[in-house]
Amino acid sequence: MADALLEVRDLKVHFPVTRGALLQRVVGQVKAVDGVSFTVRPGEVLGLVGESGCGKTTVARSILKLVAPTSGQILFDGTDIWAMNKAEEAGLRRRMQAIFQDPYSSLNPRMKIREIVGEPFVIHESSIGRQEIDRRVRDLLDLCGLPGRIADRYPHEMSGGQRQRVGIARALALKPDLIVCDEAVSALDVSIQAQIINLLVDLKDELGLTYVFIGHDLSVVKHICDRVAVMYLGRIAEFAGSDTLFGQPLHPYTRALLDAVPVPDPAVEASTEHQVLSGEIPSPVNPPSGCVFHPRCPIAVEGCRTDVPPLQEERAGHFAACSQVRFETPTASPPSIHSPPMP
Amino acid sequence: MMSELAESNRAVVDDAPPRSRWLPWRKQLLRDKKALFGLIVLAVLTLTAILAPLIAPYDPNAMDFMMMEGPSLAHPLGVDDLGRDLLSRLIHGSRISLFVGFSTVALALIAGVALGVIAGYFGGIADTIIMRYIDLQWAFPNFIIAVYLVAVFGTGLANVIVAVSLAFVDDFARIARGMVLTIKQEQYVDAARTLGASHNRIMWRHILPNATAPIIVQATVSVSYAILAEAGLSFLGLGVEADTPTWGLILADGRSFISRAWWIGVFPGLFIMITVLSINFLGDAMRDVLDVREVKAD
Repeated sequence: MADALLEVRDLKVHFPVTRGALLQRVVGQVKAVDGVSFTVRPGEVLGLVGESGCGKTTVARSILKLVAPTSGQILFDGTDIWAMNKAEEAGLRRRMQAIFQDPYSSLNPRMKIREIVGEPFVIHESSIGRQEIDRRVRDLLDLCGLPGRIADRYPHEMSGGQRQRVGIARALALKPDLIVCDEAVSALDVSIQAQIINLLVDLKDELGLTYVFIGHDLSVVKHICDRVAVMYLGRIAEFAGSDTLFGQPLHPYTRALLDAVPVPDPAVEASTEHQVLSGEIPSPVNPPSGCVFHPRCPIAVEGCRTDVPPLQEERAGHFAACSQVRFETPTASPPSIHSPPMP
Repeated sequence: MMSELAESNRAVVDDAPPRSRWLPWRKQLLRDKKALFGLIVLAVLTLTAILAPLIAPYDPNAMDFMMMEGPSLAHPLGVDDLGRDLLSRLIHGSRISLFVGFSTVALALIAGVALGVIAGYFGGIADTIIMRYIDLQWAFPNFIIAVYLVAVFGTGLANVIVAVSLAFVDDFARIARGMVLTIKQEQYVDAARTLGASHNRIMWRHILPNATAPIIVQATVSVSYAILAEAGLSFLGLGVEADTPTWGLILADGRSFISRAWWIGVFPGLFIMITVLSINFLGDAMRDVLDVREVKAD
């Protein structure tokens, strides 16, 4: 197996903004994803975090071949998924699956659970016959902690957590290598979230899965991910191992994100001064020049308006796209976002 | 194939017996008095149509010398200008009127839904070509199109059915396309694509079953329009042959004698009205029941 199971190279996904009904003309581009690169190693959990509209779901949809990239490549096991023929694509579909965000809309309301979980077999292994499919569906439901008797129910007869388990069972049916979890737990109650996350972790250990885990809940991401990429406005701001990223964040955006996580202790919470980012996330139709984060950045300098900072390796495995931060020796405290370092 | 999952990691599932998703709306439909009325009338009419030769008291084309006699015990709805029993003609007429009504809608539904689903699903050139044609047809009243088509194809039952169904295609295409555009965005369609499902599978197994509610409603409304269209065409002499008993044709004949023999015109009109009314009641009720997508169950 190649060193990387999945490699995303300089992915750009731009959506045209058109005006006019008859003579459509393109008046702008929504730069949903604007130059994202990362690799996913076999067996790891790669996290993709960021606030709404930062492009993380679009990245997931490109990986799943649901949205065509404007430029860049996505290599699965060394092959460009957007240059595949039909047979190769069928193979890809078997090896890469997805768990979707909304357990209420990700299952077809007109199909029984038996049909939903059995559909992968009907599509890819139609020769195995109904009884064998039923047997496998039961195994899969059992694997995901659901009793076999729910096979004859419809999705609306189940709770959100149960539905998400059905979604997971469907994703596992073809024994994939990679599962893209697009906000897989965001729509669930906190107590159910914990159950589903534990299920995902157990399944990963048992079946040797690789996950691309997309989320905005940092505590969940920290818990489940080995490496994490923080996205802002279609680009990666910081990319590092989970412990490093949460322990020693470099990029001012990452720090602001982590700072915004509430501490479940009223006393601590009350005594903490939060560094609140000013302003809103800018529109991806008209992103700021230079570093896209500079209008909200507490440590921005004049140069940030004009120069796009590259994603640089500040130390082994820790990348940040910021011209103002440098990783210093561990004895020194990381640069504070309150007092920008002198240039 | 798999080892056990920790007990704490299993979902709690209650033991409620699996319910049919259709049960609630079936019940709800029967609770609606107007819908119940429509259902019963339609059932009776359908049964009459099927059993027409057994039920009708006379041969619909047998003539008697007592022309244009009013309702009596022997002829409950009277006799027409050629001495034929009106009740028998109306009973036999229900066969053709209902057959035209349902078969044209079935044809229009199949063709229109297929066009609409393809246009909505694939978009782009296919959408443009199909929908520009539909727009063109939309610009004309359905009945005018039916008249035009009959004029081109010639009269006769089969031609009337084809003409009326072609005239109704645009309604179904438009509704189906609109539904597909919405449902295409659902996550379960993405999920099916991720599984590698073919376009055909996604269109007919995933999208269409979820688009049925408005299509069913449109179908019920269209059945009544189709019956009226056949009646209208026959009335204008563009429908079936002159001696065939259909409601529209009997009504057209009755027009000439309205001052001397009101029953020849009034009774076929009543039959058409009651049938159309029943179908519309049923359609209205279906709209009410089916609009509440899914919410009922949770």
